[in-house]
Amino acid sequence: MSMLHLVNKSPYENNNVSTASSTMRSDDVMLLIEDAVYAAVKGGKASTMLEGHKVSVLGPDLAARGIAEDKLASDVDVIDYAGFVDLVESNDKVQSWL
Amino acid sequence: MSDTKKFLYINRKAPYGTIYAWESLEVVLIGAAFEQDVSLAFMDDGVYQLMKGQDTSAIGMKNFSPTYAALGDYEITKIFVEKESLEERGLTLDDLQHLVWEDEDEDWAEKDSIRLVSRAELGDVMAEQDVLFNF
Repeated sequence: MSMLHLVNKSPYENNNVSTASSTMRSDDVMLLIEDAVYAAVKGGKASTMLEGHKVSVLGPDLAARGIAEDKLASDVDVIDYAGFVDLVESNDKVQSWL
Repeated sequence: MSDTKKFLYINRKAPYGTIYAWESLEVVLIGAAFEQDVSLAFMDDGVYQLMKGQDTSAIGMKNFSPTYAALGDYEITKIFVEKESLEERGLTLDDLQHLVWEDEDEDWAEKDSIRLVSRAELGDVMAEQDVLFNF
């Protein structure tokens, strides 16, 4: 049983990325959208919370915020809206950390 | 003008997740018409507002980031960016837009608007102000 952990707030504004990463089990995936994409920037304090987890980031939200793919922590996966739908479909449940 | 006041607009939110950044820019531009001594500060997630290369075409929102480059034309020449906030986020000044203004007293020489300051130095800037606006 796998769960998709959806996060949409900046990791520097609240604890949602941290809480999500602490509750994730081995088969789970985290998807960073909207202001949560800042968590994936290489060298940022928040990027350490993603280590050891499967993490995807929504490409259109990265582009809007001026974050080039070469600025990202190396092990994150950039996806588009169709990839978002695939993740929802391929995981058993979706947990939105509001 | 003897009743000129020192205004500081403090920006602490990321650009698209909330409306604060855009609203701040609107208020700054309206306020610029009143010939006050205006400064802007970007700290915490507010530093993300100045990221270069923003392209919002795929999220259906207006990209207002080019407007920051026009601030110099409104005689807004003091833009303070807080160093600790950049570092914590894995960013440097090179990740931000290069904002300039033209100094009419020096034959329109182009000068940098952005001043990188520590959190303590920003505290000093805040203490010098007459009015603080928070977004």
